[in-house]
Amino acid sequence: MFSHYIFYFLSIMALFSAVMMLVSKKPIHSVLFLTLTFFAIAGHYVLLNAQFLAVVHVIVYAGAIMVLFLFTVMLLNLNNDERSPKPIWVKVIAFLAGCMLLLTLIGVFRGYDIQSAHDPMTTQIGLVKSLGRILYHDYLIPFELSSVLFLTAMVGAVLLGKKEQI
Amino acid sequence: MITLTAIPVHYYLLFCSILFCIGVIGVLIKRNALLILMSIELMINSINLLLAAFSAYSNDPAGQIFVFFIMVVAAAEVAIGLAIVVLIYRTTHSIDINVLNKLKW
Repeated sequence: MFSHYIFYFLSIMALFSAVMMLVSKKPIHSVLFLTLTFFAIAGHYVLLNAQFLAVVHVIVYAGAIMVLFLFTVMLLNLNNDERSPKPIWVKVIAFLAGCMLLLTLIGVFRGYDIQSAHDPMTTQIGLVKSLGRILYHDYLIPFELSSVLFLTAMVGAVLLGKKEQI
Repeated sequence: MITLTAIPVHYYLLFCSILFCIGVIGVLIKRNALLILMSIELMINSINLLLAAFSAYSNDPAGQIFVFFIMVVAAAEVAIGLAIVVLIYRTTHSIDINVLNKLKW
């Protein structure tokens, strides 16, 4: 029962901060609430015994991506309200569309019946040792190709950030 | 010793669906390009968590490797996306997506 309480706590924290990300007026508050959501999701990874993913998630998302977002918000001086917010009927229709999508997903997943033979609390697949062995053995070529992708992204970001005309 | 009992996988399905729909609503209602990027990050994270959950429940490590590669691609995407946002701000002094309709016609 203890793990259920942790699950409820992390889920409520993630959902609350995700909603607060949308309703808060200042972009910097949105960034901080999104960071809180990411930490809750990292807690979910720990609960699934996926320790490697939890550490990578904290490093990549809370460490790198959110710092990038914070830098951009502070650099662009966006700490004010949106200049022309969307009209209220657009927001109502968007909310209804989101609820419809949620209903559709729930309706799809209701028929789904998994009989999980494995207990995720005791599986060892999420540990660094087993995942690293698979990553460097079966998925070596995609792993090396992702470094090419990072190089491309880095060159593109530098090129876009240059001051003068290209 | 606290014994941890397994959580039904339906809980993860419901939680990730709600998180995904919050991201969709955020993309629809926001006008700030930065907040739209953040909502997309939220959607990517809900999918990642669901993949990791299914991977743990079916005892298959390929799902978690896939989550790792999704994180790699998301990091590259955010770097390029924020560079484009800064470039747009530099040229139009706004990141309101309604200003960015020059390619429409």
